[in-house]
Amino acid sequence: MNRKYTLIAVLAAAMVVVGGLQINRADEFTEKDVQHWQDEYMSVVKVGRDLWTSPELGTNGVACAQCHPNAANTHPETYPKFQQQLGRVIALREMINWCIQQPLEGKPLALDDPRMVAMEAYVHWERRGVALAPGKH
Amino acid sequence: MSRGKVSRRDFLRGAGALAAAGTLPISMVELTFGADKDKESVSFAYISDSHIQHIEKSKFVRNWDRGLIRAVAEANLLQPKPDFVMFGGDLAQLGTKEELDHGAEMLAKLNGDLHCVMGEHDYYLDLGEYWSELFGPHYYSWNQKGVHFVVLNSILTYDEWTFDRWDSGVRRMAEMAGLDNPNGSPFMVGEKQRKWLANDLKGLDPKTPVVVFSHSPIQKIFKNWNFWTEDAEQVQALLKPFDAASVIYGHVHQIQYNQIDNISFNSVMATAWPWPYPRSYVQAESHMPKLTVPMNRADPFHERDATGWQWINVDSGRVSMSYSLSNNTDRVVAWNPKTGRPEDKVFQDKAGRIAPQTHY
Ligand SMILES: [Fe+2]
Ligand SMILES: [Fe+2]
Repeated sequence: MNRKYTLIAVLAAAMVVVGGLQINRADEFTEKDVQHWQDEYMSVVKVGRDLWTSPELGTNGVACAQCHPNAANTHPETYPKFQQQLGRVIALREMINWCIQQPLEGKPLALDDPRMVAMEAYVHWERRGVALAPGKH
Repeated sequence: MSRGKVSRRDFLRGAGALAAAGTLPISMVELTFGADKDKESVSFAYISDSHIQHIEKSKFVRNWDRGLIRAVAEANLLQPKPDFVMFGGDLAQLGTKEELDHGAEMLAKLNGDLHCVMGEHDYYLDLGEYWSELFGPHYYSWNQKGVHFVVLNSILTYDEWTFDRWDSGVRRMAEMAGLDNPNGSPFMVGEKQRKWLANDLKGLDPKTPVVVFSHSPIQKIFKNWNFWTEDAEQVQALLKPFDAASVIYGHVHQIQYNQIDNISFNSVMATAWPWPYPRSYVQAESHMPKLTVPMNRADPFHERDATGWQWINVDSGRVSMSYSLSNNTDRVVAWNPKTGRPEDKVFQDKAGRIAPQTHY
């Protein structure tokens, strides 16, 4: 075996160690991968549902689900949209923060807070299948 | 409107302005005098679903408190005085003594006789025991001005769920309090009460108008949120013999109305918060009565939007509902003798509807 082949073998071994047994190319994934990704998403949806029904986001015991059972009347498919009361086009998560601050009397979350992402994941899941209608009132 | 805290003084000033301007009482007085004076009519104020929610110590959720305080203050302005006042259930959020006491204290400011209906939020902590100490029996009836009034406890459910499934009343209440909680259980009147009702109605002249007050709809509209009564058909069958029967219900926090054979159905608003119409949850099937012209989509930026209370008149045995809506134009849904069903006075005609009444 010459030096060159030895080097390649070492590199291949290193890749096996780093990347696991399967070496994925970007354009190749399996049913199993898809299932795994969906499971990851659903686990975050569950976190979002738990937050949606829990009093812990606010200070007065009120939960999002009290006014929005199954996240209904949140219309995620219409965001971003103009909220006349705020005078500008806002994202859904800004409206979630508005609700946390007003009816829930709580502190707003950072817009990239994993809890915010989880609540958005839940709201979108409950609204799945509805056509996008950005800006709609 | 600023979202700052409204002080008690501001609120009272608001109520005073309302009385001076006369918007609320005068529109309702006209209605009374518009009715046929030769026939006796009976009228009452109807307040419902206040969901008084305890935070800790002497603190309660301000928003829900304000809804009930406002409804009580406005109902007291009614001229002429109604014959009685109804409270339609869900006075409390989690059925605690603190919540029921606080709610009862606010209701005590009402002028006139008060009759109460049991809501699931009042019931599932201690099965209505403390509520009963404050407000009396869970189901009962009385006659007034020729009308037979019946109060049902329609939020009961299967015995196994109530008595065997949960390790504490607190847990049981928490499970039933979540409207969309899949661990909940469908509402029902139950066999015992249906027997009582059959007996209560026995011997009553079929010409006697019967008005039933329940918390759940005595119809099957949307099971996911318990806009539903499991034994609705059996209860409806007991009302079949009467020329004019009406069911007035809470729980749904929105305007609904329907006609099934001889029975009219009308819902009342919540003072606490509105609920979406079932069609806005697209993952489950619902059966909203086609007759219903929805209330406006709620604007959360107005705290009292899509909440309110009602003044109800029963004339010739038929119900007319005057909705007093805090942040919306008031609405009237009344029996139309020509079509034989309840109809909105303004919006029944499709051409007259407004954009916010479209729910999606
Ligand atoms: Fe309620
Ligand atoms: Fe209820």
